Amino acid sequence: MTRSNTKLALAAGILAVMAGQLAVVPGAAAEGNSALEEGKKLAFSRKKGNCLACHMIEGGTSPGNVGPPLIAMKARYPDRAKLRAQIWDASQANPDTAMVLFGRYQVLTEKEIDKVVDFIWSL
Amino acid sequence: MNKVIKSLVALALAGGVTMTAQASPEQDRAAFVKYYKDRFPEVPMEEYPNGVYAIDKVGRENWEAIEEFPPYEPFIDSGQEMWEKPFANGKTYKDCFPDGPAIAAKYPHWDKKKGMVVTLPLALNECRKANGEKPLKYKKGPINDLLAYIAYESRGQKIDVKIPEDDPRALEAYEKGKKFYFTRRGQLNFSCASCHLQNAGMRVRTEILSPSLGHVTHWPTYRSKWGTVGTLHRRFTGCNKNIRAKPFKAQGEQYRNLEYFLTYMSNGLKLNGPGSRK
Ligand code: HEC
Ligand code: HEC
Repeated sequence: MTRSNTKLALAAGILAVMAGQLAVVPGAAAEGNSALEEGKKLAFSRKKGNCLACHMIEGGTSPGNVGPPLIAMKARYPDRAKLRAQIWDASQANPDTAMVLFGRYQVLTEKEIDKVVDFIWSL
Repeated sequence: MNKVIKSLVALALAGGVTMTAQASPEQDRAAFVKYYKDRFPEVPMEEYPNGVYAIDKVGRENWEAIEEFPPYEPFIDSGQEMWEKPFANGKTYKDCFPDGPAIAAKYPHWDKKKGMVVTLPLALNECRKANGEKPLKYKKGPINDLLAYIAYESRGQKIDVKIPEDDPRALEAYEKGKKFYFTRRGQLNFSCASCHLQNAGMRVRTEILSPSLGHVTHWPTYRSKWGTVGTLHRRFTGCNKNIRAKPFKAQGEQYRNLEYFLTYMSNGLKLNGPGSRK
């Protein structure tokens, strides 16, 4: 499996350098879009974003419903910066929010947030 | 509905004299109960001691099946043995608690002489120490057996926590407990209220969040996750850890005051311990 992943990633050209690292992560490079895959992994991981704890997201299992389903995000957030701001510090939009303040409380790093935002924006 | 949370939060965080003048504990309790009644109009008050199973129909079926052969039963039996077995000095728990073993509804209470909230586990250990016995640990182990026996014998008693007016420190302890309940903490920045008030009934992953009303009626509780019975303060510790907050000490001032506040909120509900949960 590792070998075929590597092959796929090599085929992806520009992503070839990253793919070397990603190939060891099962499934990561398999869909060929490894940056988005990385964002997805961060979003789904219980130790990292754990967005599924509260949001229904396509492709994720046993989602909670404390927050709204994350669908049609580009239509609803034409401005990527607004989406990033929501994820970075949800208390700006709603001071009583029950969402984790991922950036402000450094639950995720700035880089990780960028990846998560890319993934969520693709939904 | 949101207004009630906001006013409760505001009350909790406003601090100072004006707050105590504005909202008596009885007003707090009325607001608390009304909030849940509005949120779960179909749930009768006497269901709240059943925790999440008051609002989770699927979970309830499993739970009812488990309760037919209660996993906490052996702990009640060994608790009874502990209760009856004399200490090295020949005395027993009964000498400390003449009304025992059905004494759970007397706790927590404000102890004017000590100037603190006294909980049942604390009182049990004081009895042990007074009789030259080592105190028991507060989260795991044999204290749960003793508590299970006392809880079982106390089933059906009504919670009736008082905040005596002849000692202003009692109200202070209550207010501290209330503040604790509403204060966000930990890296994930949640308060107890974020989950068990604001989002009661919602799902975090597959777990439905229970209302705080009734949270204190059924301890100790057998959790399948623990594989044994544990104390209320062990549960507090778990919820604090889940939000990546440093837990406080079991039976330390913070958790005792929190228990005082939460138990006051459940005044009028009937004790139904020991409990079983996932
Ligand atoms: C503990 C629950 C919780 C977690 C975990 C959580 N959220 Fe949220 N989220 C909410 C709630 C509740 C809202 C609704 C708005 C509010 O109350 O702030 C929300 C709103 C949002 C919104 C705005 C939705 C809209 O319809 O405009 C986005 C985007 C979002 N969350 C993304 C994420 C991402 C990405 C993650 C993981 C990195 C995440 N959330 C994790 C609770 C959560
Ligand atoms: C991130 C959400 C969350 C936060 C914050 C939280 N809890 Fe919990 N708590 C849970 C979940 C999930 C359970 C298990 C399901 C249930 O009964 O709600 C639980 C269970 C409990 C129980 C056991 C309920 C029973 O019927 O046996 C108690 C008591 C409790 N929590 C108290 C607290 C207290 C006190 C705080 C604040 C220090 C707190 N929780 C903060 C999620 C949370």
